[in-house]
Amino acid sequence: MSDVSTRDWLLSDRPASRRQARLGQAYRTWSQLRRNRLAMVGLGIVVVLILMAIFANVISPYDPIRGGDLRTERLLPPSWAHLMGTDDQARDIFSRIVHGSRLTLMVVALVAIIATPIGLAVGTTAGYFGGWVDVVLMRITDIFLAFPRLILALAFVAALGPGIENAIIAIAITSWPPYARLARAETLQIRDADYIAAIRLQGAGSARIIWGHVVPLCLSSVIVRVTLDMAGIILTAAGLGFLGLGAQPPQPEWGAMIAAGRRFMIDFWWVATMPGIAIFVVSLGFNLLGDGLRDVLDPKGET
Amino acid sequence: MTNMLQVEGLNVSFPSRDGPVRVVRDVTFTLGRERLGIVGESGSGKSQTGRAILGLTPASATVTADKLSFDGIDLRHASAKTWRSLRGPRMSMIMQDPKYSLNPVMTVGRQIVEAYRRRGDATRTDARNRAVAMLEAVQIRDPERVFEAYPHELSGGMGQRAMIAMMLIAEPDLLIADEVTSALDVTVQLDVLRILDGLVRDRGMGLIFISHDLRLVSSFCDRVLVMYAGRVVEEIAARDLHSAQHPYTQGLLNCLPQIDGDSGPLQTLTRDPAWLA
Amino acid sequence: MSALIEVRDLAVTFGSRQSQVQAVQNVSFDVQQGESFGLVGESGSGKSTVLRAICGLAPTSAGTIKIDGKLLASPRDPAFYAQVQMVFQDPYGSIHPRHTIDRVLSEPLAIHGFKNAEDRIEKALNDVGLGGGFRFRFPHQLSGGQRQRVAIARALILEPQILLLDEPTSALDASIQAEVLNLLDALRIEKGLTYLLVSHDLAVVAHMCERLLVMQHGTRVEELTRTALQGRDATQKYTQQLLVASEGFKAP
Repeated sequence: MSDVSTRDWLLSDRPASRRQARLGQAYRTWSQLRRNRLAMVGLGIVVVLILMAIFANVISPYDPIRGGDLRTERLLPPSWAHLMGTDDQARDIFSRIVHGSRLTLMVVALVAIIATPIGLAVGTTAGYFGGWVDVVLMRITDIFLAFPRLILALAFVAALGPGIENAIIAIAITSWPPYARLARAETLQIRDADYIAAIRLQGAGSARIIWGHVVPLCLSSVIVRVTLDMAGIILTAAGLGFLGLGAQPPQPEWGAMIAAGRRFMIDFWWVATMPGIAIFVVSLGFNLLGDGLRDVLDPKGET
Repeated sequence: MTNMLQVEGLNVSFPSRDGPVRVVRDVTFTLGRERLGIVGESGSGKSQTGRAILGLTPASATVTADKLSFDGIDLRHASAKTWRSLRGPRMSMIMQDPKYSLNPVMTVGRQIVEAYRRRGDATRTDARNRAVAMLEAVQIRDPERVFEAYPHELSGGMGQRAMIAMMLIAEPDLLIADEVTSALDVTVQLDVLRILDGLVRDRGMGLIFISHDLRLVSSFCDRVLVMYAGRVVEEIAARDLHSAQHPYTQGLLNCLPQIDGDSGPLQTLTRDPAWLA
Repeated sequence: MSALIEVRDLAVTFGSRQSQVQAVQNVSFDVQQGESFGLVGESGSGKSTVLRAICGLAPTSAGTIKIDGKLLASPRDPAFYAQVQMVFQDPYGSIHPRHTIDRVLSEPLAIHGFKNAEDRIEKALNDVGLGGGFRFRFPHQLSGGQRQRVAIARALILEPQILLLDEPTSALDASIQAEVLNLLDALRIEKGLTYLLVSHDLAVVAHMCERLLVMQHGTRVEELTRTALQGRDATQKYTQQLLVASEGFKAP
């Protein structure tokens, strides 16, 4: 099949199978996203981050944990041998940032996997049933929303001991309430639509309606919101790391790296700056991608 | 002045992924102090024709015309200042849904007063009296209450009448009514038409009545333009509509169910690609 | 012979105790098997609410609804949905925007555990004159008339006896309305269906229904046969007004 006919097959007005219909829909979304140049930059950054995490061992020239000769290789400025210089333990900063992408990606992925389903489930259930179910679920949401994220994380870490896992749990349980509210607001609009009445008249139960009919319509705006929140989550994780409550040394976590470099800020600027740039670029990438996704997925923006 | 509005070769096209889509094609007509109906199905370009005349076409679209003049003023290259002096005081448009055309956070009365004061220096009390009188003129039984009401407190028919009052208080010479009665109940529909009818009769206003309802248009207007896919396929005096020549017009008339018709299958319309040529 | 649909003294009240709205009061009518019955009225007449009350989408505060002589259980049981189906007014709002036509039609079959889903979907699409080419499209790839045909196919796929039609053509262009009305007529004869049609358009009701009930402000005005309507034999002033209004504008 040549390029042209693949495209025609995807964009066909009369798809001949379920697969073609679904792929066609995905292709249309993709080609719309592709026209947004900034979103493509964001996507590029995120893809590079993922590739970096997968191939960290191949990319990084040095061991991220064990440093070199402490007498001759401490705090070297950026050079061809050490692209981003070395830190006070004589470790190659570039290698540590590459390995640190695994931690960053893990934080992002786990928070998304934990928070999104909770938010969606709580929000759509509350919105669909209304009444006392709504009141109970939304008050619980309010309680969680009232927890300051960093303080809760501190409490968690104090109770369970410092570590990246506890930081992730703390971030996840404080980040689902906004998704629940968003999903509820969307559900309230969808609930009274004729197509929901129609499926009810077909005898569908509440679970089938919520998962099969309400959730798919809330999903896109929640995905957009999650993507936009990713930058904040990365920053929170970095902040916890900076405070010494997230990833523990010698793990190459970007926030912790900045904290470690803080002491040498004046004389050896690169130690703190390089992980700072990494955090900045990745946060920006997620923000750009989220903005692009909103334009494509959020039906309210469509004309 | 017989021809207040002259439209010649009006074209409106919207950009799309597959090149420009022409929604209005070579539309030509003139309007005097009369009731002109524009009839067509959805997508026939009837609303876009009305909008193009008032310069309300969305910015993404291109409008071209060989001639587009109102009372001798060339509208094709009219400046923002010219438009301001025309829209409202001299030409106006009533949209289909009053919910979207009235400002929801302002009382109806204030909006009407504002429309009146925009056209000249009227004092506040003067404007208020005029507004209440106008509400009365559009057959609102309780004008004082409606004056103080917010748009959401009014029923559909009431809102539509308030909207008409707002458009008419400036006494325009040309009024474009876009599907004004479609959302209304039949009995209210006739009330609104009676108001418009009175204005054309008493004040010599020119009216373009855009609708999908052929039966209503034929009973209300003097002359009818039938549009199909952006073109005017037929121009005919309303009273001769039953002897329409174009198969599309005939099809539109015959596919309507009749109270006195038999219950056999209705005639359906077969669209001939040649109509587009 | 008892009627297939029997509505007695139906009342529907919306809202809480502070702000109650009586949407429907004291409405009674019978629809015989195989008949087409019309409910006519203007907005706020409660005609659509009667339909929604029958299928359990609106709460009944008084009165009884019987189908086939049996009082309806509340909430409605699955057997009810296999017997009574509804077609909604707005074809743009009654089909899930993210589901293919295939999904729309196969879901009711899955809910009721039908085995031969493939054949039934093919047949339902053919019945409404769409054919298999439409099966995997999304709603946004269809015109309004085509969507309404899908909605009819969805209602028919469980092979119900009764179809509740809520202004099925008022959102469509006149030429498309004719096609959909013809389709509904043909399906009724072919499948021996019973219709309960709600419309504001007297001409549509006169065309489709043998008998009709005129409603205003949630109450009944009068019940007429088609012949009586055609003979302008309305006894109530309101019905006469509707008849006059449906003839179009007359200059004073």
